[in-house]
Amino acid sequence: MNSVVCIAQVPDTETRIKIGGDGRHIDETGIKYIVSPFDEYALEEAIRLKEKQGGDVTVLGFGPDRVQQALRESLARGATKAVHVNGDSGEADSLGIAKVLAAVIRTVPHDLVFFGKQGVGTDNSLVGPMVAELLGYPQINVVTHLEAAEGKVTAYREIEGAEEVIEAAMPAIITAQKGLNEPRYASLKGIMAAKKIVIETKSLADFGLADSDVLNQRVTVVSLELPPEKTGGRKIDGADPAAAAKEIVRYIKEEAKAL
Amino acid sequence: MPAVLVFCEVQDNKLKKASREALSIGRKLAEGAGVDLVAFATDRAAAGDAGRYGAKRLYVAGTGSYNTETYTAAMQAAIERASASVVLLGGTSNGRDLAPRLAARLNAGVASDVDRLEWTGGKLRARRPVYSGKAFATVEIIGTPAIATTRINAFPAEESGGAAAEIVEIEAPLDSKTKVVETKVAESGELSIAEADIIVSGGRGLKEGANFSLIRDLAHAIGGAVGASRATVDAGWIDHQHQVGQTGRVVSPNLYIAAGVSGAIQHLAGMSTSKHIVAINKDPEAPIFRIADLGVVGDLFTIVPALTEEVKKAKAH
Repeated sequence: MNSVVCIAQVPDTETRIKIGGDGRHIDETGIKYIVSPFDEYALEEAIRLKEKQGGDVTVLGFGPDRVQQALRESLARGATKAVHVNGDSGEADSLGIAKVLAAVIRTVPHDLVFFGKQGVGTDNSLVGPMVAELLGYPQINVVTHLEAAEGKVTAYREIEGAEEVIEAAMPAIITAQKGLNEPRYASLKGIMAAKKIVIETKSLADFGLADSDVLNQRVTVVSLELPPEKTGGRKIDGADPAAAAKEIVRYIKEEAKAL
Repeated sequence: MPAVLVFCEVQDNKLKKASREALSIGRKLAEGAGVDLVAFATDRAAAGDAGRYGAKRLYVAGTGSYNTETYTAAMQAAIERASASVVLLGGTSNGRDLAPRLAARLNAGVASDVDRLEWTGGKLRARRPVYSGKAFATVEIIGTPAIATTRINAFPAEESGGAAAEIVEIEAPLDSKTKVVETKVAESGELSIAEADIIVSGGRGLKEGANFSLIRDLAHAIGGAVGASRATVDAGWIDHQHQVGQTGRVVSPNLYIAAGVSGAIQHLAGMSTSKHIVAINKDPEAPIFRIADLGVVGDLFTIVPALTEEVKKAKAH
């Protein structure tokens, strides 16, 4: 039961985002990078399948040097192989990134390919399904439960007010939702073992891709802005709950027009 | 002739809110570019509503209920038949599942979860949240078709009063490698935060999970969905489907009421585009007051039940 897990690096969730000088990217100074939270559920599921059924868990990341750290952490948690495609992913759109990942995945033995349901950086929720289309694989997205055996995967897809139980033939793409499992922390033993695993470092050229294949974007960022500062809010004293309640209802009725 | 094509979903014999919202902004884009607004559905019942929201034609494929591969094939056929230059999908689970698949198939650009859209300089320009809503990116999509999924509640649904859309039947292959074996409907039947006009959220100030009953009572009285901060979800007080903010959802309801939510950066980012924000917190320095339109400094354990009573009174009139 071999899995590939695609890992995205994103700014730590505590980060106060600042806009960079060109007005199109964030200012990366001092930013601490982490594995995107949804990818942790993806990785954990792949590791659990390996523990039950054997096989390899290959983590895959496309991006600059710092991606190595995210791959090393993933190895420490239990991934068995890692591939880093070193390149400037920052200018690529989702389809460009998907093309790179698809090209790499074709070279790694796999039954399932896992993604987090979205990377909490750009929050596009696009790359996983795009890779599925490029590879011609079935996809099951926003998965909260999964079982895989004998060429078939059965997963619960979370939709509005329900869960669909979906069966698909493997190989298949799975995007993980929070609640799929409880991701483990890396153990000291895992950290030590991970140091011995070589992260394969590749370039786009190794997969027959040129920069123009990936950077020939369909979606370009025109500008990046912080949310506008909110003004005009007022505070009232809630010491008298009945009076406060009346004032809130007045606001809701007259200004929000929601009553 | 190029057109704006909107993916529509039918529920209880009417178009879903997300579809009506997408048609409404689609109509504005179509009028601006001087092209037709058209729609796609797998149910002919959509024709009346689609027309009311401005669609001239409804492309119908007999594809049955949602399946990624069959719907991708059917939408591809509709896009070709309509010569669509812009494709919009409401940001429902199915819309979000389908859009990237379609984009990769057509080598097209796609922007997800947009809350602003315009056709300018011959291109589709969209605004979307990034870093869980801590920033907003304005993007441009090059080439055709340009695809976008709209955030629910971001665009108002506005009828234009047109006649029923003309039905155009299309054929598409029905093979698929996935099968929906069963649909498990959630017992509570609660309103989803993604679609609600009103959200009432609880935070750590509730002190324990059982106190979410205060939030539920208010949400029920006012007709809203129950939201939650990450801290309460991680503490196991409520299911992650209610989580607003980072690793939860970015929401844009008309009214957001936060009780006992301090307003950590990860939470604020997820609800800052709400149109009207009321915050109840006993800490006058709580960060949530920075973005609240109406901040109430006080004890939620007395204020929230009092508010529930006042809401019930107001509704009774």
